[in-house]
Amino acid sequence: MKFPRLLRLALLLLPLAGALLLTACHRDAPPFKLTNISGHMPDLQFQLTDDNGNAVSAADYRGKVLLLYFGYTHCPDVCPLTLAQLHVTLQKLGKPGDDVRILFVSVDPARDTPAVLHAYVNAFDKRAVGLTGSPRAIEALSKRYRSAFTREPSGKDGNYEVTHSSAIYVFDRDGRARVLSTPGTPQDDLVHDLQLLLGAGTSA
Amino acid sequence: MKRVVLPLLFAGLLGTGLAHAAPGHVTASHAWIRVLPGDLPAGAYVILRNDSDRAVSLTGASSPAYGEAMLHESSSAGGMNRMTMVDALGIPAHGTQALKPGGYHLMLMHAKHPVQPGDTVRVVLEFGDGSTLPVDFTARPANALDDGR
Repeated sequence: MKFPRLLRLALLLLPLAGALLLTACHRDAPPFKLTNISGHMPDLQFQLTDDNGNAVSAADYRGKVLLLYFGYTHCPDVCPLTLAQLHVTLQKLGKPGDDVRILFVSVDPARDTPAVLHAYVNAFDKRAVGLTGSPRAIEALSKRYRSAFTREPSGKDGNYEVTHSSAIYVFDRDGRARVLSTPGTPQDDLVHDLQLLLGAGTSA
Repeated sequence: MKRVVLPLLFAGLLGTGLAHAAPGHVTASHAWIRVLPGDLPAGAYVILRNDSDRAVSLTGASSPAYGEAMLHESSSAGGMNRMTMVDALGIPAHGTQALKPGGYHLMLMHAKHPVQPGDTVRVVLEFGDGSTLPVDFTARPANALDDGR
């Protein structure tokens, strides 16, 4: 009677041991579900103005897991969809999601003043930050991540669209680029990877 | 049961007064607007159903609540998001066409009065055969993902 019980216990523990072994093996490379860009993209760096009108740099967000997304407020469809999806993603994370910031960088600084951005990002999530600045500063950040944007010709009423990259860059608490999320990526994959990055502890 | 009855009721309500306006037998459901703060343009979404034997095309829209309404398509190619004007959007015979986030949508610009989540906004859809279909859209918060029904 005793032997089978021991055997059962061993069988029960086997997967746990396996999991521990896996964790040990992957300590240096977390098993991300999204495209791993660790070491392939530079650390976060910028000098911009936040939606409260304050001058900010990447250092101001150290300690937070960051979601960097380029867009503009006059974009009625894709930008709001992306921000709404990110809001749902953060809700799924529960309390730890409060350690995440969505950095919405305007590729339309001519129209996106801090005040416009403030109302806009807060309509989606209180953990979203709107960033704007000089065209040069925005272009520098965009180029840093091989992102691109182009202002399309104005319509008869002066309105114009901005074609822009759709990727979301995810940074860890130390401002290091870790994964890339693109439209069509399953939401749960982003939730999974954010949990990994949030679980990595506060190193800042 | 509830799920089946509601759209039917909705379609029925639309059908009664509008039989003459939309000879193509087009009905609308799940109509909603994503309201953004200030005077930012809003995206409007709807599912159109064509119960006739002939294809119908949506060619435009107007709304008493907005200065301008345009039919657009968002597309994503090579990692870039682009928005283009659409002249006509086909709804196949006995088929449906969805205007949904990230694809076809109406862009509503210059609200005449601030639109708040929860409001009902009338939008008149225009079709290639000259017919029109007034549809009541539900205004939803910026971070909504669908019509909430």
